Amino acid sequence: MTLRDYAIRYGFIVLLFGLIAYFAIAADGFVSPQSAVFIFQSVAITGVLALGVTATLVVGGFDLSIGSVATSAMMAAAYVMVVLEQNALVAVVVCLLIGAIVGLINGWLIVYMRVPDLLATLGMMFLLVGLQRIPTEGRSIATGMTMPDGSVANGKFSDAFLALGRHRFDFFIPNLIPVSVVVLLVLAVLIWFFLEYTRFGRMMYAVGSNERAAELAGAPVKAYKIWAYVISGVFASIGGILLAARLGRGDIASGNNLLLDAVAAALIGYAVLGAAKPNAFGTAVGALFVGILLQGLTMMNAPYYTQDFVKGVVLVVALVFTFALSGRGRR
Amino acid sequence: MVGNAVFRAEGLRKSFGHNEVLDGVSLELHAGEVTVLMGANGAGKSTLVKIISGVYERGDGTMSLAGQAFAPNTPAEAIRAGVVTVHQNINDGVVADLDVATNLTLDRLSGSGASFLFNPARVRRQAKAVADRMRLAIDLKARVSDLSLADRQMVAIARALAHQPKVLILDEPTSSLSSAEADRLFALIDRLREQGVAILYISHRMSDIRRLADRIVSMRDGIISGVFDKKPLDYEGAVNAMLGRKIHLDHIVVRNSAKAILTIEGLRIAQGARPISLTLGDGEVVAITGLVGVGKTALAETLFGVRKPLAGTMMLNGKPYAPETTGEAIAAGVFLVAKDRGENGIVSGFNIQENISLPFHKRMSRLSVLRRGLERSTARRQIEELGIVCRSEKDEMSELSGGNQQKVMVARWMAQDAGLFILDEPFQGVDISARRDIAAKLRASAKGRATLLFVTELDEALETADRILVMSEQTIVGEHRNADVDLDRLLAEVAGGPLHSAA
Repeated sequence: MTLRDYAIRYGFIVLLFGLIAYFAIAADGFVSPQSAVFIFQSVAITGVLALGVTATLVVGGFDLSIGSVATSAMMAAAYVMVVLEQNALVAVVVCLLIGAIVGLINGWLIVYMRVPDLLATLGMMFLLVGLQRIPTEGRSIATGMTMPDGSVANGKFSDAFLALGRHRFDFFIPNLIPVSVVVLLVLAVLIWFFLEYTRFGRMMYAVGSNERAAELAGAPVKAYKIWAYVISGVFASIGGILLAARLGRGDIASGNNLLLDAVAAALIGYAVLGAAKPNAFGTAVGALFVGILLQGLTMMNAPYYTQDFVKGVVLVVALVFTFALSGRGRR
Repeated sequence: MVGNAVFRAEGLRKSFGHNEVLDGVSLELHAGEVTVLMGANGAGKSTLVKIISGVYERGDGTMSLAGQAFAPNTPAEAIRAGVVTVHQNINDGVVADLDVATNLTLDRLSGSGASFLFNPARVRRQAKAVADRMRLAIDLKARVSDLSLADRQMVAIARALAHQPKVLILDEPTSSLSSAEADRLFALIDRLREQGVAILYISHRMSDIRRLADRIVSMRDGIISGVFDKKPLDYEGAVNAMLGRKIHLDHIVVRNSAKAILTIEGLRIAQGARPISLTLGDGEVVAITGLVGVGKTALAETLFGVRKPLAGTMMLNGKPYAPETTGEAIAAGVFLVAKDRGENGIVSGFNIQENISLPFHKRMSRLSVLRRGLERSTARRQIEELGIVCRSEKDEMSELSGGNQQKVMVARWMAQDAGLFILDEPFQGVDISARRDIAAKLRASAKGRATLLFVTELDEALETADRILVMSEQTIVGEHRNADVDLDRLLAEVAGGPLHSAA
């Protein structure tokens, strides 16, 4: 291996450890279990979304609707519990159904209606952003709110549901690991195993690399593509459940950054270990990288408005790693 | 005969890397004559055209036009000098979103002397002049995207002719036209011939060639392998010169088969085509040959479940066989090595091992988890079997030579036992030693299955097959046992000869 190969393969990991080392020295209290958990928690929701969008990237597609699926799921959860006064289980099931249905529609639009993936999911994004505001005429959902017909919504978020966002497991230190972090880790391992080790994951990569060859090797290409969007939709709705549980209300203004942060994490993942392709491990590392960077900067008192700029720089550098340095970017 | 040539090329050479594509080509074109250029894929036709039209720089040799040296550096220079090319892809010649008038005058919108402002009235006036000269009966205000393919082609040609060229090159102009549309094109070509334009016409369609040719030039492996200008033209000789007949070197021991594997009855693969009936036997290697575009790939894809036949039945091992998908075909034991491996075969993101296992993931996994050990040992065995030159089964496909890439494609499908093994142009872009290896492997392993090859090159059929079938116009027109082949009859069948003249 040449130096260049090493740079492509380990460059990003080295950068990650360099970053941690720098913050450890420069920012007081950066190296502590609490700080680590905080970072995990801050990336948990975007991380889940990023893992979902990775599935669509693997089949050569893209899903711009994940952010709005997540906020729609959040609004739906709030509506189910606060307005319809149902329990946590119903809320979770409704959210997952929304994710799966949106994924199916996205896949159908792209595979059967031949709408280009970016446009189909962009359209779906607008549709959902609008749709989630209709039931409450544009208002956020919280216990005691007045409904359009003048009645008062008396339901409330059940404790079981709120626990998804607020409960912390003991891990050496009491009350250390939040549920959302556990969800992220479980989903990351699941999707990583699915993509790397099962025949379905392998064929999804084949579809993304050469659709025609995959079809001539007997793969039902259309089904694979639709499933990828269903995975993406379901993961996004799980992100939405976690978001609702953390906020404890259906907040119309939250979740604006979810899409861009998740996409950035997945694309940064291309550069991890020189994969030059979408991959679950890289996506998780990408999400972590952004989380560490932002947490470190916050602890060093960098102003909040520099955050997006920093994320953008990281993304651009990662893309250069992927496409310019490694030959696999070109075909 | 016309005496002096308008266009003359001497000793043209061109190579890409080590690959010599043109090896000293000399060509003359005469005013008022249609010269047909024939050649199989990879013979160097398009390279020659691209040199003449200024797309490629020539490696060596000289060209002259009307007695003056002709050395275009860009397509625009060639057009200005009077050599105009209409390329195969019709939509490359027109801008679909603009109207006919603007398309006809497109070349005047740029270049020196073009005015800064776009004057619709002037454009329409100029366009009308061009259209009248060509006797073009198309609404000048129509958008090109609303026109039929034939009309678009007329517009592209009219636009090319607005330059009043001395030489017009038409690259497979009828490949996407219906026969009625083609007739209109031929009438136009006749008029141009009368006006004294020298025309170079590239085509595989024998019916076009019979209709138009004054001379035929055959190309093979980067050289001119035959020039035919004595009337009546020797069409079979031209096909022969194009396909070559280097009388096969190692005679193969021809086998006969007793047990039928695949039986096809009355299969129709295109509108208006005559039905196909054939039987493929156990242990037999059968080659189907024919020119480009006669339906070889369509037949291969029909057998593999990619497309559905219009009529007819298929029986595989005595059971009805009508695959709806490629997956069903594979499950029934019908495997296809598709042509054009870069497009249809290689997954470039995968290494050798992953490319080989691609169709058989299900058989290679336990509870849907891929068994990587089995995958690796299968790949190693196949690399050994076919003599694939590589460092290991983890090599990227892009590191392999063309011949070795093709071996991986064949190895992919030989990893499991097939009932019917189909290979579409398996020797395309493959060097001679890899070709020998693959052919030998196919023959050695033929027992227990039927093997069906689709090849354009006659040599390849003669080298590998027990039986040779000839395809023409979407159907089978001839059958030969590869022991006592009547080459003259075979060539006549390939050329769509006396059996039935121009369709």
